[in-house]
Amino acid sequence: MKRILAVVLALVMVLGLAACTKTPAKTGTNDAALKVGLICLHDENSTYDKNFIDAFKEACEKAGLVEGESYFITTNIPEGAECKEAALDFVDQGCTLVFADSFGHEPYLIEAAKECPDVQFCHATGTKAHTENLANFHDAFASIYEGRYLAGVAAGLKLNEMIEAGDIKADAAKIGYIGAYPYAEVKSGYTSFFLGARSVCESATMEVTFTNSWYDETLEKEGAQKLVADGCVLISQHADSYGAPTACEEAGVPNVSYNGSTEAQCPDTFIVSSRINWEPYFTLCINAVKDGKDIPTDYIGTIDTGSVVLTDLGKNAPAKGTADKLAEVKAGLIDGSIKVFDTANFTVTRFNDTYNQYKKDSIKTDKDGKVTEYLADVDDAGDYIGETNVIIDGIFVESGSDMRSAPYFDLDIDGITFAK
Amino acid sequence: MLGFHVVKRSKDAMPWWNAWLIRLGSILIGALVCALVTVLLTGKDPVNVFTTMVDGAFGSERRIWALLQGIAMLLCVSIAVTPAFKMRFWNIGAEGQALMGGLASAACMMFIGDRLPNWLMLIVMAVTSMLAGAIWGVIPALFKARWNTNETLFTLMMNYIAIQIVSYFICIYATGGSGKIDVLNATTHTGWMPSIGGKAYLLNVIVVLILTVIMYVYLKYSKQGYEIAVVGESENTAKYIGIDVRKVIIRTMIISGLLCGLAGFLLVSGADHTISRDTIAGRGFTAIMVSWLAKFNPLVMILTSFLLVFFEKGSSQVSQLCGLNASFSDIITGIIIFFIIGSEFFINFKIMKNEKEVKKS
Repeated sequence: MKRILAVVLALVMVLGLAACTKTPAKTGTNDAALKVGLICLHDENSTYDKNFIDAFKEACEKAGLVEGESYFITTNIPEGAECKEAALDFVDQGCTLVFADSFGHEPYLIEAAKECPDVQFCHATGTKAHTENLANFHDAFASIYEGRYLAGVAAGLKLNEMIEAGDIKADAAKIGYIGAYPYAEVKSGYTSFFLGARSVCESATMEVTFTNSWYDETLEKEGAQKLVADGCVLISQHADSYGAPTACEEAGVPNVSYNGSTEAQCPDTFIVSSRINWEPYFTLCINAVKDGKDIPTDYIGTIDTGSVVLTDLGKNAPAKGTADKLAEVKAGLIDGSIKVFDTANFTVTRFNDTYNQYKKDSIKTDKDGKVTEYLADVDDAGDYIGETNVIIDGIFVESGSDMRSAPYFDLDIDGITFAK
Repeated sequence: MLGFHVVKRSKDAMPWWNAWLIRLGSILIGALVCALVTVLLTGKDPVNVFTTMVDGAFGSERRIWALLQGIAMLLCVSIAVTPAFKMRFWNIGAEGQALMGGLASAACMMFIGDRLPNWLMLIVMAVTSMLAGAIWGVIPALFKARWNTNETLFTLMMNYIAIQIVSYFICIYATGGSGKIDVLNATTHTGWMPSIGGKAYLLNVIVVLILTVIMYVYLKYSKQGYEIAVVGESENTAKYIGIDVRKVIIRTMIISGLLCGLAGFLLVSGADHTISRDTIAGRGFTAIMVSWLAKFNPLVMILTSFLLVFFEKGSSQVSQLCGLNASFSDIITGIIIFFIIGSEFFINFKIMKNEKEVKKS
């Protein structure tokens, strides 16, 4: 009897609650006003998601949209079927433009896109739009390697200052880098950062450690501490928590951050941070849907479009003259006189187990180790086999709107080693 | 001196409806406190917050299905841990057992591909997943039965091993280094749970519902269920009346692991269609609460898992529409659960006024 009552009670609750939802049914939503939604992997405690949320709010408010009425943000959506549910739920609420911010959301967003051909789905950091051939599914990224390169220049200047002051010897100018996964996006990031540093400090080397997670405060902090113990005199990271910058502040080691300024948390050690500003892309998409225009299948924001930005320099840590040098290099990147992945600037000679193991067959180098041809896995068909030569006129084309927006630079260049 | 003291209620002293009144009352008081907290912390209208919550869980057909799927998955893991808990075997390892099940399913999808017809494929996946879960569950049971190891720590540690094994296979398979295995068989849909009448989650819900009833009958009416209860109440009594305690422990953990493996299969085949470290998403731990709150009664677990999933879905809608941080949902859920657990105190104990103040000499 007791059991039966429990079940009956449960049913009454379910049905009762279901019944009362019918009354406040949606009314007045039949006006064709634009509604947009953003799906986030974490919430604003992650620097990565905060960067999206801030930009999204800015773009929406510019377009006159109101939070909770005409634009919606849903957070902590895992990279599984929940993403599809969240996307379709946005559609049910009347959204005609849906964004998702995490790499693993992509296949589920594609499923939603197939179900709702009238709604535009835009995905950041994805790789599949150019092969899916869906009119309403789009990928976007930014040439963040340019920002990383600039941040690397600031790091190199700091190393030079430390060498000149006699704090370290020239051959001890080792940078530490905490990466999330040994994935093209991360590799492109630390390689461009390193190339920027080495463009001003010739003796710079770099040691990289991976956390195998996009967000793990403890691992990132421990990674930074390990790198400092290994003799790294400057740290940067590509992972989304405050773990690494705080470890640097505690150890008094200068830090180049990512995704946004950590000046407030780390006033003594913060040099500069590069980040992708997604606002231009959000605005572009919102306007495209408003005006009934097409959204590019693969969009790459640049320094020029305002999609790749550096934060203000830190007050205490940066070397003297950093601002002037950065302005000069930035101008060079914009006018094209500086190419980050110019094959003349790096060599690839290691092909053992850890380095470039899978790439032996797809790479050609000259006798010095300069890359002359490289087949990258641009199509991302799940085979992990390169099929497209991406060395064009001596430049490694890191990404391109005719290729795909997400990076596919995954070489391990000389000068960068992995922590044990 | 306090003016009252606490007395344990004798069993069955309280009429059953009285206990349920206390529970209902505690939920209502919990809801009131939630409303108060909402107003004080956010200044939002609590009625509006609650209707938003209900809207988030039931507001559309899709949301109701998402709610049902959420309940079914949580319920499945809860049903799985229940026989072990009833035996007082603290299986904290449901997360790992389910994950191993999910990994087995994903491996089938990857390596068998479309060599089998889909119905056979699903059976193969379910069986391998259940085996994987059972193996992961029986290891701590064997150690417990043979060497009397601490099963709480053992099963807990097995979770981390399972997570590392999944990470390892992800690294091996996804050589691009992204740490993500793509959706499997995205074009052929082999190994995907079929949707019935366009409802993707209907089959999941039906399977779990059947499972719940079977588990209820098994625990309440079968000889094995009785043995579990006796071992849980007192191992010595069990030995005295001739129950082979070791056998019961091992058998029950195999059942628990089998069902956890099945939950992994349902999550991979019926929802995500791939495997990641987060596939189980903490359900292995939430299930412990669901099972305890329901006092190990599978039918009541429908209610308790509904409560938890309702608050999860509802408050995520609140944080979305009212511009509150997602932690708000955790606070609301925490308050309600606090009151539900608190109500058990008043059901099990009564507060008596002291009849006479004892004078201190």
